Amino acid sequence: MTATVTPSSGHQAGAVEKTDNGGARGRRFLPRIPDRIRQGGLPYLLLLPAVVLELLIHIIPMVIGIWVSFRQLTQFFIRNWGNSPSAGFDNYKVAIDFDAPIGQALLHSFLVTCAFTVLSVGLSWLLGVSAAIMLQENFRGRSVLRTIFLVPYALPVYAAVITWAFMFQHDNGVINHVLHDQLGLTDKPSFWLIGNNSFIALVIVSLWKSWPFAFLMLMAALQNIPRDLYEAASIDGAGIWQQIRKITLPSLRPVNQVLVLVLFLWTFNDFNTPYVLFGKSAPEAADLISIHIYQSSFVTWNFGSGSAMSVLLLLFLLLVTAVYLFITSRGRKGSDV
Amino acid sequence: MRKARAAAAVTIVSALAAAVTGCGGGSSEGGSNESPKTLTYWASNQGPSIEADKKILTPELAKFEKQTGIKVKLEVVPWSDLLNRILAATSSGKGPDVLNIGNTWSASLQATGALLPWDTKNFDAIGGRDRFVDSAVASAGAEGKDPSAVPLYSLAYALYYNKAMFKDAGITKPPATWDELVADGKKISKDGKWGLATEGGNLSNNIHQVFVLGKQHGADFFDKDGKPTFTSDGAVAAVKQYVDFMAKDKIIAPGNAEYAQNQSLQDFSKGKTAMVLWQAAASTFASQGMKPEDWGVAPVPVPSGVPGTGAQTNSMVAGINIAVFNNTKNIDGAKKFVKFMTSDAEQTLLNKTYGSVPPVKAAQSDPAFNASDVKVLKDTLATSAAPLPQVANESQFETTVGTAVKGLWADAAAGKPVTTESVKAALTKAQQQMTP
Repeated sequence: MTATVTPSSGHQAGAVEKTDNGGARGRRFLPRIPDRIRQGGLPYLLLLPAVVLELLIHIIPMVIGIWVSFRQLTQFFIRNWGNSPSAGFDNYKVAIDFDAPIGQALLHSFLVTCAFTVLSVGLSWLLGVSAAIMLQENFRGRSVLRTIFLVPYALPVYAAVITWAFMFQHDNGVINHVLHDQLGLTDKPSFWLIGNNSFIALVIVSLWKSWPFAFLMLMAALQNIPRDLYEAASIDGAGIWQQIRKITLPSLRPVNQVLVLVLFLWTFNDFNTPYVLFGKSAPEAADLISIHIYQSSFVTWNFGSGSAMSVLLLLFLLLVTAVYLFITSRGRKGSDV
Repeated sequence: MRKARAAAAVTIVSALAAAVTGCGGGSSEGGSNESPKTLTYWASNQGPSIEADKKILTPELAKFEKQTGIKVKLEVVPWSDLLNRILAATSSGKGPDVLNIGNTWSASLQATGALLPWDTKNFDAIGGRDRFVDSAVASAGAEGKDPSAVPLYSLAYALYYNKAMFKDAGITKPPATWDELVADGKKISKDGKWGLATEGGNLSNNIHQVFVLGKQHGADFFDKDGKPTFTSDGAVAAVKQYVDFMAKDKIIAPGNAEYAQNQSLQDFSKGKTAMVLWQAAASTFASQGMKPEDWGVAPVPVPSGVPGTGAQTNSMVAGINIAVFNNTKNIDGAKKFVKFMTSDAEQTLLNKTYGSVPPVKAAQSDPAFNASDVKVLKDTLATSAAPLPQVANESQFETTVGTAVKGLWADAAAGKPVTTESVKAALTKAQQQMTP
């Protein structure tokens, strides 16, 4: 490191002199970087930490995860996992053998997750876009409402979901208290955390958690639509619905494309909500795939099979994302013309 | 996408640490003596809080340091984290020197090879195997193998009942058979009050209860080769009998089906439920405002009315064991520490504090363990408790069968019929999900 302090002969002498004359004092402690690299390589050098971290945090674990999916890694080998016996494609075969119980259960949880995701993302978007449009007009209390709408997004997930779990309780929960005791809508108090209703509970909590994000994104996007478009439209006699259909929605399109994709990926892989609501073992109606894989890996200690399931899930999500991006980018080109 | 990889990636994060440090695996003989002056100890959360545990254990560790010059670094780990922490430590080889484990995990952890086996030589170093109650040692590893841990605090199930509620219903003594329990329960279950409580959403609790009922029906859930036999007639009858307390006998409140956080103990303390099957509940009742004279303790009912072995088993052997991590750098110190923790004096003191029963015979003579509630637990442990199946995939058993029972509770709570067929179907599915 101190090499730079000793003035060296040769073509870099000028640079040393310059540092010694001291615009930037500290610079002489840095290793000398040839101009060629400084100009061409600097961007790469600056990227290096990110690349290293990306490797350490994402790529390497992923590669090991894929490797594990081909191993027979159970409690018998966990201590010396590097030497676990090879399983070939067995883990994958078990996972996609839909006639056998393990494959069947995986397929079931996959379908539950698909239904859950479509409902939760669809409703989040609908709620988000409605709220964003409603709050475009300036009225008293608008900023208060905006703040309130964003509260779920700001709360720590664990605290929020556990509060929901309390509210959904059969005997003491406020939801049954309102639906049954106060409004008399049900014959007897319902179960929300076990049985088939658990799916509804899951969608409600997920919706509550993710719609503010849609609202926030769409509200920002709405700010960018020039007001005169609406003025011109209303002079031409367009009603509110026509304005929304012809101006608002098309202008929101690029934001919507990203928003829906992000919400889809987050919701599909949501682990916190079902885990906090239901614990290690979710009711069958709400057995989301993230929990299902967690159970295979960490509760029943079959890491090979759990990894195979997550690799399959990853492939599915990559496929969906690719198809989605392909369709939406084609649509965009079409509309631009 | 980030989380898509979660399951695969998280598995690996711990594994990665191992790869980076070049560890993973070692000799089966146990650790070395590289750092003889220090030990790390992971204690499980026993008392009302982690802070309370620290307060209880710290003076004892100081005593140990004074005796041996070995400093013990204590970490109290909550139950919910303990198993995953042990798993991560196992895969990385970087664990504590000494740790507590739940005794039902013994065989599973034994299979990993991460824990020091307690052969005759190691047992002799702590005073010999004979010092311990047999059933407690039997719950410390698979049959025919050296135990993977040493019993530390022992527990058993008992029937806790509310004296005032019994008196109001005209019941003079606690039930000794299940028929009596159902009859008593029916007398009590009206006007918002219920006879019995359960924790339907708690998988482990489900397992503990159906295991004991299974014993009473002559079923073991595993055969001699360790293969699951969840669908045997006895197992089906046991599960059905248990869920029928709600479905057919209607002595358990439907709301219990979703309990998993000890809500049944709150109901008991509030006088909503008259009976609960639990291990050492005294301190919880006290913390919820019940006076010791408000409740009574009796052995868990058995078909004949007199607890014993075989079909008269009335509890699983519950408890906490202390184990030594194979990778320890202070093997001698670790054994000394186990010896200290299982010494007569420490056993008396710690078990008294935690309301558990000492698995060390000599410590059991202290009068504290002859008070009514602990005496019931002690006698149960000595005469009529059996360890859960000591098989390597015990944790799979807890998940699959525990979940099946949880689903049946949900059916019962929703008023759906629970039949021999539906119980058998649920158990068949559980058995099919067991991977070899």
